[in-house]
Amino acid sequence: MTIKLVYFAWLRERFGMGEEQVELPESVKSISDLFDWLETRGEEFANVMEHRKIIQVAIDQEHVQDSSTLIGDAKEIAIFPPMTGG
Amino acid sequence: MSVKPDIRIQAKDFDINAEIGKLTKGRTDIGAVVTFTGLCRGEGDTLSALELEHYPGMAEAEITRIAKQAVTRFGLLGISAIHRYGKIKPGENIVLVIATSPHRQASFDGANFLMDFLKTRAPFWKKNHRADGEDGGWVDANDADDDALSKWGK
Repeated sequence: MTIKLVYFAWLRERFGMGEEQVELPESVKSISDLFDWLETRGEEFANVMEHRKIIQVAIDQEHVQDSSTLIGDAKEIAIFPPMTGG
Repeated sequence: MSVKPDIRIQAKDFDINAEIGKLTKGRTDIGAVVTFTGLCRGEGDTLSALELEHYPGMAEAEITRIAKQAVTRFGLLGISAIHRYGKIKPGENIVLVIATSPHRQASFDGANFLMDFLKTRAPFWKKNHRADGEDGGWVDANDADDDALSKWGK
């Protein structure tokens, strides 16, 4: 499944890109599966995924609270640090 | 009549009086207007600017979701919010929230509620630009902002 991943703030800087289209393996069903898969994509991804407890996720522009949430037929998944607006 | 939140994400500054006017013009049912404005602090002259990054689309959508909850929960007659992005210097405006209602408490509570949830749920991130040119890094999330949510229950 092809999906758009979007990154913000220091994740964007560490990955060196704001977004990318990726082909997810069949085995990636949930957000925690996605984190496991991202971790395998190189040193920078592995380093960032060490912070997975604080990393937040939005599926198709809506917050996801639980990493067991299924990706389903999502078009866009955003990954970002805790928000600091206002 | 249903209340439609007016939520805008923009680089440019805003005019508070003009924004109040948009909510109150021609109406006689509003008895209270509360505005909150968030400004960029200079942190004792150590900061040259904040850079605000946002998630286009979701930023508007998330603040709109929070604003709709505020309208329902407090019976607001109107609500608007403007959040700026890009480089913002000390003393400049970052965010504006305006709530209107027949009586004051609903507007105070509505503006407070919107700001508390905006802080932790609206997809914005602040980066420090230091006056001495050193890398100021990204602003850390503040536990006090999470704690502020507890007063609204779950």
